[in-house]
Amino acid sequence: MQQIFNFLIRNKNNILFLLLLGISLFLTIQSHSFHKSKFISSANFITGGIYDWANNIQTYFHLEDYNKRLVEENKYLRSKLTNIQDTISEENFLDSLSYEGIYQIRTATVINNNYSKTNNYITLNRGENSRIATEQGVITSQGIVGIIDQVSPNYSRVISILNSNSRINAQLKKTNHFGSLVWDGKNPNIVQLVDVPRQAPVKKGDTIITGGRSLIFPQGIPIGNITDFSLDVSESYYTINIRLFNDMTNIGYVYIIENKDKAEVKALENIDD
Amino acid sequence: MTSTIIANIIRFIILVLLQVLLLNNINFLGYINPYLYVLFLVLYPFNTPQTLFLLVSFLLGISIDTFEDSGGINAAACVVIAFIRPAVLRFSFGVSYDYQTVKLANTPFGARLGYILILVFVHHFILFTLEMFDFSHIFLIAKKTLFSGIFTVILILISLTLFKPKRR
Repeated sequence: MQQIFNFLIRNKNNILFLLLLGISLFLTIQSHSFHKSKFISSANFITGGIYDWANNIQTYFHLEDYNKRLVEENKYLRSKLTNIQDTISEENFLDSLSYEGIYQIRTATVINNNYSKTNNYITLNRGENSRIATEQGVITSQGIVGIIDQVSPNYSRVISILNSNSRINAQLKKTNHFGSLVWDGKNPNIVQLVDVPRQAPVKKGDTIITGGRSLIFPQGIPIGNITDFSLDVSESYYTINIRLFNDMTNIGYVYIIENKDKAEVKALENIDD
Repeated sequence: MTSTIIANIIRFIILVLLQVLLLNNINFLGYINPYLYVLFLVLYPFNTPQTLFLLVSFLLGISIDTFEDSGGINAAACVVIAFIRPAVLRFSFGVSYDYQTVKLANTPFGARLGYILILVFVHHFILFTLEMFDFSHIFLIAKKTLFSGIFTVILILISLTLFKPKRR
């Protein structure tokens, strides 16, 4: 017994080193699997608070840019609105209670944004108190940003589309051929659409939009343009490079989409289990 | 003694904030970021117990990781360089380290540069290997280690020159 204690005391630094290294490797491996990294995240109140404080100063430098983007978006929405008012009157809605639609949109500010690593996350200044929950979609006026994966009372963390763990359902705008949106970790402006069947008529410059198969994003949110494409090793699926409409290095303000029917649809899908 | 502890606590906080608020957003040429917070481990007093040093370096790494959402990659890299630091010190400064008389500011420039280079490049290599988590990207890892490492070493040398302790 004495010898064991002596051994432990003599090697206490080596043992401590192995222990600490083990903890860090454990956390690293955990962070590579979606939805597991609970404790070490930038959405807790200390890190969120510090980022929020720093962002308060930074936003002033980008005000002009954000204003321009808002004016652009207003212009686009206004042109849509004037066209739509002629064709839709209130009688067309059969059920006046569902007048609002199934999507609820909320706004938030980006307080921390990464894009140079292989697994990038974004921190937002809204959380549970603003009814943000996990698995809600995050978009800007130009395209998609990611999916909420952690929430604290006042902050939330987004798993960016520039993350090797992110997989989002997307499709061609012209036809309904769909695939999964992934990122190879190289260029923050280019993402990849994989598993698109060979029959799909893929052409350079075509637009990619979100598909209707996920409960997170509504169908038809723009993502980007095709820059080039190739067949994968099995020769039966396309791998398509897409240039994002969104500048992921400069996001600013985002919209968070809540699908109010998600619980209902999920319950229906799981009815057999 | 107390003043050394307070100085190290202040240095810890300043370096972490500087790293996460400013240096992580540099992204020079798209991927080159300096990791100046390694300076804390370079400067940490040479004559403190190794056990405490390992714990402090783990704490430093995990603080950076919490801000960056990177799991435990910085913690792992910091713990490794804390573990090898005594050996690196003996290698760089030779016998004067064994008599606990060495002060970083008074060492010859060549030895000091060697000491900093070894620590920074070991740290960066582990950091980027764990970040990619895939040895098929070994070329990218080497590229990132080299360029970010050079950037970090330059910044560390500049900070050491700017904050040189006054001669008595």
